Amino acid sequence: MATTMALRSFGRRTSIAARGFSSSCETEKAAKDGKPINLFSAINQALHIALDTDPRAYVFGEDVRFGGVFRCTTGLADRFGRSRVFNTPLCEQGIVGFAIGLAAMGNRAIAEIQFADYIYPAFDQIVNEAAKFRYRSGNEFNCGGLTIRTPYGAVGHGGHYHSQSPESFFCHVPGLKVVIPRSPQQAKGLLLSCIRDPNPSIFFEPKWLYRLAVEEVPEHDYMLPLSEAEVIRQGSDITLVGWGAQLSVLEQACVEAAKEGISCELIDLRTLIPWDKETVEASVRKTGKLLISHEAPVTGGFGAEISASIAESCFLRLEAPVARICGLDTPFPLVYEQFYMPTKNKILDAIKATVNY
Amino acid sequence: MAVLARSSSPSSLSKLLLRPHSFSSLRSFSSSAADDQRVLTIETSVPFTGHRIEPPSRAVDTTPAEILSFFRDMALMRRMEIAADSLYKAKLIRGFCHLYDGQEAVAVGMEAAITKRDGIITSYRDHCTFLGRGGTLLEAFAELMGRRDGCAKGKGGSMHFYRKEASYYGGHGIVGAQIPLGCGVAFAQKYSKDGSVTFALYGDGAANQGQLFEALNMAALLDLPAILVCENNHYGMGTAEWRAAKSPAYYKRGDYVPGLKVDGMDVLAVKQACIFAKEYALANGPIILEMDTYRYHGHSMSDPGSTYRTRDEISGVRQERDPIERVRKLILSHELASASELKDIEKEVRKEVDDAVAQAKECPMPDPSELFSNVYVKGFGAETFGPDRKEVRSVLP
Repeated sequence: MATTMALRSFGRRTSIAARGFSSSCETEKAAKDGKPINLFSAINQALHIALDTDPRAYVFGEDVRFGGVFRCTTGLADRFGRSRVFNTPLCEQGIVGFAIGLAAMGNRAIAEIQFADYIYPAFDQIVNEAAKFRYRSGNEFNCGGLTIRTPYGAVGHGGHYHSQSPESFFCHVPGLKVVIPRSPQQAKGLLLSCIRDPNPSIFFEPKWLYRLAVEEVPEHDYMLPLSEAEVIRQGSDITLVGWGAQLSVLEQACVEAAKEGISCELIDLRTLIPWDKETVEASVRKTGKLLISHEAPVTGGFGAEISASIAESCFLRLEAPVARICGLDTPFPLVYEQFYMPTKNKILDAIKATVNY
Repeated sequence: MAVLARSSSPSSLSKLLLRPHSFSSLRSFSSSAADDQRVLTIETSVPFTGHRIEPPSRAVDTTPAEILSFFRDMALMRRMEIAADSLYKAKLIRGFCHLYDGQEAVAVGMEAAITKRDGIITSYRDHCTFLGRGGTLLEAFAELMGRRDGCAKGKGGSMHFYRKEASYYGGHGIVGAQIPLGCGVAFAQKYSKDGSVTFALYGDGAANQGQLFEALNMAALLDLPAILVCENNHYGMGTAEWRAAKSPAYYKRGDYVPGLKVDGMDVLAVKQACIFAKEYALANGPIILEMDTYRYHGHSMSDPGSTYRTRDEISGVRQERDPIERVRKLILSHELASASELKDIEKEVRKEVDDAVAQAKECPMPDPSELFSNVYVKGFGAETFGPDRKEVRSVLP
């Protein structure tokens, strides 16, 4: 845990240079020994390390033994055996309940829900059993070793049940941690932190980026701090906040806005609950304007919480209403996905409207 | 023609039970065979196995007309699925596409046993069940390609085919979610006292979902006319049944609810089982049917289907148990039609499918306003706000 402390203080002290693409100070140091790999390979590496360093860590879910439908669990069964890496039948409620029990006995249960769209049968277990275990038992028991990994988000042709972003449902539950990485290097560090964090966490993996995102990822064991947002692009005119796959869309919008002379500061929230209010507030105090973007429908999405919170703490500093560019308030559509999504142009329009308010 | 007696054959070893004197007059005219309503009694090759219930007789009553219609319907379904395969590879169908070829006997046999007032609800492997319920090829292909003339107006896609007038409560994406829904429909039917039942279809993967057992318990408590049909194609996506279920005898898993195991590749067996189940359910409450069937394609178009099973297994089933070939052999051995007549039917079917595909390709996409329609009841819809927060309705290009 000394490593995390060191990383955290290192991150705070160093100013993060404005870079075109997402990176953090931790990468600068470690990038030299990194190899370019994609998201599912980075997650795979993290899982290998997790199982290697803790003999009481288990990975299970539907179809994980052959490598999983997105190849995140390749090689684990061969290396660690079928008692530690195993398939479950098709029963999400059963999978999560089982994982909670396993974690309550002091093990690290890394459960996979094949698509976030299927997480709802397990909703009761997560909200009522996992989140409240430590609280209701007066710290006698806890299921801190629980980590649920699940692919979320649009993929271009997923339709109603392979594209959803349900993160905001879980952000409403004290006792859970919700973490969303934006890139392979981030994913490995954040996943290892989630697994080793003594609280039940849900790790949403942006499925669009599984093959698409390639980055240099260090091969060693490293963790990235939870509940710390990261400023990945410095700016002075407007603060943009997002997470996961949406960040690359936001980045493109930043680049376009820069051509029109608008300097955008881009923040990756990374952990949605408990979220890093200080970083966002500091940025809004600098720019006076805020725009939040996420794929989930706008009403009741996590952007609403950020907006309300910032309005409360930075009311007098705000120069324009907080803008939210999010998915539409409809079920995730089939053929009209490109109209539903918060695209670069919608964000760009909002940036201009907010800056010129 | 004389109506044939229904008594069982003295030689139980023969697969086919046949009365000798009837067929000489209808050698070559398939049209007369297609209209022929005399009763044939044919014995299924595999007996039924019952759980807490006496299984029905293996002797199934049918007519030449019906058998020929089975052949045609299954050939149509098979051709449709193969056409869908090509359309998917040509990227005209996007998203997910789960094909039913190999399992046609279940859809066709079930239809022969029931009426359009009986309900059917199933999973995402729903294209052929839709056809069985009276859906047209055009509606099916248009829906697959997301066009306006699809059965769900292009908004549902492959996994969500519906047909209200035929009591087809659709395809469902979430595994197992349709089972409690089906029991609910059965509850409404019991209230309406119109002698109808509901068949809730699910797969061997879904058989391990908790909601199945919850729904079954409720159906049994209330004696609902619900028939739960497990289409056991032995693989839940890539997982073999014995890896997912401690007890892969799905017809027994109802415990206190009786069950029947049926050869799902034999359309006549399916028909017999469904007639039997409907009668039982109306009188006594829920029953489980396990259809022993097989799918030739992988789980979906993204799954080659050969990483978890051998090609020999697939071709073995195709050679020995293919539902269409069985009916073909039946027709030929009873001389209900000639081989060339059957080939003509297949050619007709192929042309029908090709025409429907061509027509569906011409269909327009849904109007952009459909993105927002039917979220709520009309008039209470969603409004989206433009980026400057002054627009009440967003204008799509």
